[in-house]
Amino acid sequence: MTCSAKILVIDDEPQIRRFLRISLGAQGYQLEEAETGKEGIEKCALDTPDIVILDLGLPDMDGQEVLRRIRDWSDVPVIVLSVRRNEEDKVTALDNGANDYVTKPFGIAELVARIRVMLRNRTDRETSPSEIVAGDLHIDLAVHRVSLAGQLIKLTKKEFALLSLLARNAGRIVTHQQILGEVWGPAQLHETHYLRIYIGHLRQKLGDDPLNPRFIENEPGVGYRFKMIC
Amino acid sequence: MKGFDRREMTNQDDKRPSPDALLEQTRQDARGKLKIFLGAYPGVGKTYAMLQAAQERRKEGRDVVVGVVETHGRIETENLLRGLEVLPRKRLLHRGRVFGEMDIDALLWRKPDIAIIDELAHTNVTGSRHDKRYQDIDELLDAGINVYTTLNIQHLESLNDIVARISRVRVRETLPDSFLEKAHEIELIDLPPDDLLQRLRDGKVYIIDQVGRALRHFFSKGNLTALRELAMRIAAERIDAQVLDYMRTHAVSGPWPTQERLLVCINESPVAKKLIRSAKRMAERQRLPWIAVHIETPRDDRLSDREKDNISQAVRLAEQLGAEVVTLQAEAHLAREIMQLAAKRNVTRLLIGRPRRRRWSGFFRENVARTLLEKSVDFDVTVIAPDDDRATSSMISSDVLRFDGWTWHNICWTVGSVTAATGLAVLTGKYLPLPNLSLIYLLAVLLSAIRCGLWPSIFASILSFLSYNFFFTVPYYSFSVFHREQLITIIFFLIVSVIVSNLAGRLRLQVEAMRTSAKRTSNLYDFSRKIAAAASLDDVLWAAVHHVAATLDCQSMVLLPVDQGNLQISAAYPPDDQLGLKDWGAAKWCGENGKPAGWRSETLPAAEWLFMPMKTPQGIVGVLGVHFKADQRSLGPSQRRLLEALVDQVAIAVERTNLATDIEEARLLTETEQLRSALLSSVSHDLRTPLVSIIGSATSLASYGEMMSPDDRHQLTQTVLEESERLNRFVQNLLDMTRLGYGALQPKKEWSDVREIIGRAVQQACKYAQDRDISVQIDPVIQPLFVDPVLLEQVVFNVLDNAVKHTAANGHISIVAKLLDHKVNIAIIDDGPGIPGQDREAVFDVFYRVKAGDRQTAGTGLGLSICRGFVEAHGGQIKALAGPKGLGARIEITLPIAEIPALPKHETDDDEDFGGKNDL
Repeated sequence: MTCSAKILVIDDEPQIRRFLRISLGAQGYQLEEAETGKEGIEKCALDTPDIVILDLGLPDMDGQEVLRRIRDWSDVPVIVLSVRRNEEDKVTALDNGANDYVTKPFGIAELVARIRVMLRNRTDRETSPSEIVAGDLHIDLAVHRVSLAGQLIKLTKKEFALLSLLARNAGRIVTHQQILGEVWGPAQLHETHYLRIYIGHLRQKLGDDPLNPRFIENEPGVGYRFKMIC
Repeated sequence: MKGFDRREMTNQDDKRPSPDALLEQTRQDARGKLKIFLGAYPGVGKTYAMLQAAQERRKEGRDVVVGVVETHGRIETENLLRGLEVLPRKRLLHRGRVFGEMDIDALLWRKPDIAIIDELAHTNVTGSRHDKRYQDIDELLDAGINVYTTLNIQHLESLNDIVARISRVRVRETLPDSFLEKAHEIELIDLPPDDLLQRLRDGKVYIIDQVGRALRHFFSKGNLTALRELAMRIAAERIDAQVLDYMRTHAVSGPWPTQERLLVCINESPVAKKLIRSAKRMAERQRLPWIAVHIETPRDDRLSDREKDNISQAVRLAEQLGAEVVTLQAEAHLAREIMQLAAKRNVTRLLIGRPRRRRWSGFFRENVARTLLEKSVDFDVTVIAPDDDRATSSMISSDVLRFDGWTWHNICWTVGSVTAATGLAVLTGKYLPLPNLSLIYLLAVLLSAIRCGLWPSIFASILSFLSYNFFFTVPYYSFSVFHREQLITIIFFLIVSVIVSNLAGRLRLQVEAMRTSAKRTSNLYDFSRKIAAAASLDDVLWAAVHHVAATLDCQSMVLLPVDQGNLQISAAYPPDDQLGLKDWGAAKWCGENGKPAGWRSETLPAAEWLFMPMKTPQGIVGVLGVHFKADQRSLGPSQRRLLEALVDQVAIAVERTNLATDIEEARLLTETEQLRSALLSSVSHDLRTPLVSIIGSATSLASYGEMMSPDDRHQLTQTVLEESERLNRFVQNLLDMTRLGYGALQPKKEWSDVREIIGRAVQQACKYAQDRDISVQIDPVIQPLFVDPVLLEQVVFNVLDNAVKHTAANGHISIVAKLLDHKVNIAIIDDGPGIPGQDREAVFDVFYRVKAGDRQTAGTGLGLSICRGFVEAHGGQIKALAGPKGLGARIEITLPIAEIPALPKHETDDDEDFGGKNDL
């Protein structure tokens, strides 16, 4: 784990910045703080952080705008902080290039987990693995083979595409639109019932209990997340 | 009926100022002051004197504006206008000619200290706001503007007759005497007749005045002297009145006029107006309040339009001259009614007109004048003579001798009855002696008299006599012989006809009168019942306009004030929402001033509609307008009274509904206030409870953390965490509640798996469930639902949360979801104490928890009501039931299901394509 990663926190609440500084500092991360959107964009450009934690509610400018401006020239992973019942905001942020989100109020464990996924994904992307292992689930991306506890599982083309998309982004949220666009093509962006049906099939085949899912987790109104099983 | 007694004094012995007098004084203080420059005749220099006074006031620094002044081109007068602000006149077009009238609106807007307005008695051109200039001035005075004006004595209403007699010229522009009383100051501009005549000869007096123009002989020395004397007397009386008022307001004791009153009786005779003027002068001289009484009899309905106009004009004149007008209704015994009124109102002097003597009808009608003269003991009766032969009808009488009843029906009836009598007589004649046969004819005469009235019965008498003579007297079948006894027969027949028909006629009239009166009463009763039954304002208004239109045979509408006193047509029958400009003006004026305006009224009479204010003790609630057909000349007194009665009823009904609305609003407000304060206290309780634990634990950690065992520290941190989350949930509930309350909640529906939703809710709840056992059973056939997954999760969680709170630490909670009648039914069942039957609906009420007070666990208040809001937003239902075997609670959520769209064919076709590879 590269624990010397540099994290930029853009949040106007000093209390939030303080507890992030203490707890993330304790994890060995290096912390930069910005109070306003403007300052955040500047620091992002000057300090080249490894991860940006961005609060969507800033005093000087809209968090979405900050995100767009950062995305103009940088693909640094961005985790946005958003309040509950604001799924649209989250989806917009994800569409604008945010990599994940955490709902306020949040526990530090959740945030640290997201940060770790971000940092790992970064390194993963460079290596692009041919096989993904999550517990007893093995997904061979090269030969399109899926097995659960040694048993081969029959998947259709779409089901496999769906599973591999989620698994490649393990621990990260993948929005409905991203899935539909990638698996079904850009013409089907609004057919969420396809998703619902295929996820149902997939879960059935993987023996995943929707009441207490092991692999595929739903984030209502936003998308799906393949659970990180280390 | 209007009229009040300014001079009424009740505290004769008391030295304190009369409250009425003081009140009057205060009222006058707020009003502008009126100064009248009074002259005996044109040419004395009133305008000149007024302008001189105006110039003096201006030099004193007062704000003087000239509203209107007629200089008649005289240089001296025009010079006096120099330096004074003169308002431009308002131009009005009437019958193709342009008239310049005083612009009252400009004056009201300009609101000077003193307004100079010439010729008080001037009549405005048709289309102006008021008929008369004195009404304009009255409005200015009401607005607090002081007014200087001029008046010639011959324009005074009560002197109208006298002036006419002196000068042989009847002045049309008259001023009510009561207006003169409003003058704060009267300045008599005197010029001896000789000087005036000299000035006239010198050409210094410009005679444009209609009096002067009409008759040169008006300016004879005799006339002028008489007029001068009149003017001086008026001015002197006025000074007396001022002294008297002063003494009264300052409690100077003296021989005050008591509550005695003067009563004048009026009827349809043209002399009535003269009578009113005499009464006014008499009352004025004796400083008495006076009453004008008109007695309505059934006969009034048969009066000619001219006579009806006479009555209403006399009534209006009396009102203008300051009388209290009383209208009584009676069928007969008018004298008794008058005497009763007189006794009741402490009348000491009675004024009646002398009836014109009639030759032979006197026997049959009630001579009211004579009865009054004979029977009055408590008061003096003054009989005023009609001044010439134009007075054609008696002053007061119950006249039934009218040449009517000649209808074909009556003639046939008469002829028929006489024929029948003849037949009967022929039959009887065979068995009875001859002389009694005339009695049979008497029967026919009697019947005709009762049935058809006087003239048909006289006709029947003659017919009977002739038949009798023809058939039954010798020589038979001829009219030739004429005995003396037969002459007696016909005389008796005639007498019987007259007496019986009079009696019958009077009876008939009384019955008719009673019927009319009953009809009127039942009409009003019907109306009051109708509008009492009307619940809403709209119903009341509709009933009102409909009834008024039907009863008075007119168009009607009600205008109610909307914002800032602007009127709006709220109901009309026949439905209409258009009003002419003049009508709007009249309606507005009526609403603002609380007096009738428009058609045939004093204000804006050129309008087509007549508007009556709907007055209640709380003020004017609106305006009712009526519009009669073009041929209607004016409203009769009975129609007018009916209209007034109806308007009063409508006003009361409108006020009633207004009050009902107010009460309902006040009740809602109180309820809302109560709930708000209850909610606030509940919310602060729910917010504070977790904070107590958080602050307590955190301070313990901060102060003594180092001394604690790691386990204790962990427990305290855990408390902080748990309580914070509880607080967080509560805040979320509050936010949801607010969103529901504002109706801003729009479910963002997507295809969702009910298993996922329940699963997430259960996972959340498990964090607080401790040892409670939560089991889930979901029917696998349930298809994806088209719902807002976030909201539905919140619903399930809230119900679970509620169940957790109400079960013992080791209790059981189960969730069962199944398909039922094409609906998804989710039941959350616990084994807690359950919900009492009467509360099962109430638990979903936002304020249920509020009413339970602080005794319950914190944070339980809003959850279920939010559930109901969310579920209903999905078109579903949520209800509380008893648990299995009557134990615990069962909350059931029912949601409609939608058919999930089938996948397109190609989607399923390629299903197994890929499977092959997996087999590899």
